[in-house]
Amino acid sequence: MSDAEHAVTGIECPVYLQYHFTAGRAPARFLTRIREGVLTGQRCPRCSNVYIPPRGSCPACGVPTEEEVVLPDKATVQSFTVVAIPIPNNPIEPPFVVANLVLDGANIAFIHLISECDNSAVHIGQRVQAVWKPREEWGYAMDNIRYFRPLDEPDVPVEQIGRLSVSGWEG
Amino acid sequence: MSAADILSRDFELGFTYTRSTGPVVGRFLTDLRERRIVGNRASDGRVIVPPMEYDPVTAEALTDFVQVAECGAIVSWCWVTQPRAAHPLDEPFAWAMIRLDGADVPLIHCVAAGAETELATGARVRAVWAEQTRGFISDIRYFELVQGAS
Repeated sequence: MSDAEHAVTGIECPVYLQYHFTAGRAPARFLTRIREGVLTGQRCPRCSNVYIPPRGSCPACGVPTEEEVVLPDKATVQSFTVVAIPIPNNPIEPPFVVANLVLDGANIAFIHLISECDNSAVHIGQRVQAVWKPREEWGYAMDNIRYFRPLDEPDVPVEQIGRLSVSGWEG
Repeated sequence: MSAADILSRDFELGFTYTRSTGPVVGRFLTDLRERRIVGNRASDGRVIVPPMEYDPVTAEALTDFVQVAECGAIVSWCWVTQPRAAHPLDEPFAWAMIRLDGADVPLIHCVAAGAETELATGARVRAVWAEQTRGFISDIRYFELVQGAS
């Protein structure tokens, strides 16, 4: 063996977890709708919070969520990070921005990408909008949205992030 | 709420960890690659296999490496009736604590046997090496029973 004279200094010890995932009622409904380009959340009957993607219940109240709410594809940056290291098998080249985004009318963030801007210009409270893939590429997936791009709108004050109505933000 | 499609799919979540082995575990693995098994001697005189980085009593760094035999005796064992994908053997086998000759503590590895009834505490076993070693615990493919020796 060619490396016989070299001492072992490291080992590879990967962990691969194989899942078979079946979406529950609420996530399946969300995925079925996003296949049509529609973002659908659910509202809690008790606290009125709107969740997207919906899980079928309110984590705060512990009650089922039934009422569907169609949300626009505009959002606010709640937090973000600039990713500088590549992720295996991920086609996106670093550095890129991953953000917690709250859609207008929603009360909880989801994770997506921000692009079409300098990474250094991304900031909390920034207004963004979805850039969708071509309709013929849509599937049962959140990546029907390629990424979010900045909007030319005033920033949302921190205390109002996650509390906007579906009609958006006037500044 | 209107009807939704039933959606399910397979997916794999992978964590591509690498680990630095340091001078003690690295030495153990380097020797495995040469088809040797080493432990090290603790302050109380016991030979510990695989070698430990620090003394269990004094917490001093341990450096006194000792080669032990590739055969030994089963101290305890557990039969695996249905091996899973991540297991080292496709056929039913045993996980065993094996005290190698020259060692004072047992090492955990797998034992290949035709049936659970062939195994016994105190049974003698011998390492079967991989055709190509690479400096990993699986350089010992498994231990096999040494017939008529127990």
